[in-house]
Amino acid sequence: MAQLVGRMIPPNVEPGFLLRVFWRMIETFQIAVVGTAIGVVLSLPFAWLSAKDITPLGPFRHISRILVSLFRTVPDLVWALLFVSAVGLGAVAGTMTIVVDTIGFCGRFFAEAMEDADERPQEALFAIGASRFSVLCGAVLPDALPSLTNTTLFALEKAVRSSVVLGLVGAGGIGQELKVAFDLFQYKNASTIILVIFTIVVLMEFVTDRLRSKVQ
Amino acid sequence: MTAIIRAHDLAKSYANGKVVFSSIGLNIASRERVALIGSNGAGKSTLLKCLIGLLPSSGGEVVTLGESFRSAPSVAQLRRIRRQIGFVFQHHGLVSRQSVLTNVLQGKLGLPGGWRGWHHSIAKQHWREEAMQALADVRLLGKAGARADALSGGQAQRVAIARALIRRPKLLIADEPAASLDPAAGHDVMRVFSELTQEQAITLVYTTHDMEHALDYSDRLIALKAGKVFFDRPTAHVTRADLKDVFDA
Ligand SMILES: Nc1ncnc2c1ncn2[C@@H]1O[C@H](COP(=O)(O)OP(=O)(O)O)[C@@H](O)[C@H]1O
Ligand SMILES: [Mg+2]
Repeated sequence: MAQLVGRMIPPNVEPGFLLRVFWRMIETFQIAVVGTAIGVVLSLPFAWLSAKDITPLGPFRHISRILVSLFRTVPDLVWALLFVSAVGLGAVAGTMTIVVDTIGFCGRFFAEAMEDADERPQEALFAIGASRFSVLCGAVLPDALPSLTNTTLFALEKAVRSSVVLGLVGAGGIGQELKVAFDLFQYKNASTIILVIFTIVVLMEFVTDRLRSKVQ
Repeated sequence: MTAIIRAHDLAKSYANGKVVFSSIGLNIASRERVALIGSNGAGKSTLLKCLIGLLPSSGGEVVTLGESFRSAPSVAQLRRIRRQIGFVFQHHGLVSRQSVLTNVLQGKLGLPGGWRGWHHSIAKQHWREEAMQALADVRLLGKAGARADALSGGQAQRVAIARALIRRPKLLIADEPAASLDPAAGHDVMRVFSELTQEQAITLVYTTHDMEHALDYSDRLIALKAGKVFFDRPTAHVTRADLKDVFDA
C-alpha cells in the first residue's frame, strides 16, 4: 500500500492531461445532473401513485411502491452493467443508471413527504369536489415543497458520487479515466483524478448544504 | 320562499352501532341564517354531512338544492350539490405556503374548468378580480400577497370565508367556524358571515356551541339534544333559559 502511494506522488499536472480530466469530470457532472433531473421528474408520478391516501390507485398503490423499491434495492453498479450491455459503453448508460437510482431514492422520499403534508387543506378542497390531481397540485405539492427540494439536493449529491463509480464499469465520465489509469499502471494520473474527484464531491456537499439551509 | 334543505325522518347510526340521531325533520328556506346548536358530540357535524350528502344517512329522506335522495346522493347529484355549496370548517384549511390570493382562488376547484384555481398565476383574469373583491369583502385586500401562514387565526378564517364565497354558492355551510378563535376574532368572523350572506343572498347554516354566536347571528335556531330536534324556532323567540336547557345534560 505504502509502495502504491509512493508511486502516486507527485500527481500528474501536465496541462494536456488536466484538460482531459476536466472534460471527463464535466461528463460525469452531466451524467449526474441530467440523470437526477429526469429521475426527479419521473419520481413525482411514482410518488403520487404510491402515497397513502393521496394516490388515485387505492390499494393498487403498492404496485408503484414495489417498483420503486426494486429500483432502489438493486445496486446501481448492477443497473450500470445492465445498461452498458443494453446500450453500450458510455454516458447514456451512466445517465440511465442515475435516472433509475434517483427514482428509487426520490420515489420513496417524495411519497413520504406527500403523506406528511397537512391534511386539513386537502380535506377542505376535497369537500368542494376538487379532483385528486387538483388537490395534489393545489395543496399537497406546495406543502411538501421544502422536503422535495431537500430530497432532490441529496439525490444530486448522491448522483455525483455514484456517477464517478459508474465509470469503472464503462458507463462514462471520470471513473472511466480512473480505471484506464489503474489498468495501465499510470499511478500519477490516478492520483490527480482522485484529487479532482475529492475536490468536486466536497464542493458539491458544500453547495447543496448551502442550498438546503435556504429552503424552509 | 323556496326550500334549500328539507329533511324528513332522517336517522344516522355509525357502523360501530353508535346511534347519533333519529326522526329528524327540518326545513331550511332560501336566504335563512340558521344556527345548528347542541353540546359537544350532539351530532351537529354528522347532521350537516348527511344533509349535503357527504355521509350516507341510515334512514329518511333529504332534498338539498333540488336533489332528492335517500341514504346518499348519486355521484352526479353530489357533484351538482357541491357546485352550489361553500364550506368553512373549524380549522381554516388554508395551504400555508401559498399566498392568500391563491388560497382564495382555490375555492374555484371542483367547478367546471376549476383546475386553473391551483395557483393565482394560472387563474383567469376575471377570477382574480373576483378573488380580490372577495378579499375586500372580508376586509383583507391588503393581505392578498401575504403567505397564508403569516395570518392570525381570525384573518385565516376570513380568507377561508372568501374562498367559500368565490364559488358564488347558494348555500354556505360552516361547522364550528369560530370555535378555535379568541372571543373578539370569533365575533368578527361571525359578523362577516352574517353580513356577507345577507348581502349576497346566500343561505347560511352554521353549527356552534357558543350561546352568543347562536343568538347574535342567526334568524333561526335548531337545537339538537339526545338525538332529536329539541326545538326549532326563530331566534327572536329563544331565551337564554331555552339555550341552557340545550346544553345541560
Ligand atoms: N366516524 C365515526 N364513527 C363512529 N362514531 C362517530 C364518528 N364520527 C362521530 N361519531 C360519534 O357521533 C357522535 C356525534 O358526533 P359529531 O357529529 O361530531 O358531534 P358534534 O359535531 O355535535 O360535536 C359523537 O358521539 C361521536 O363520537
Ligand atoms: Mg362537530
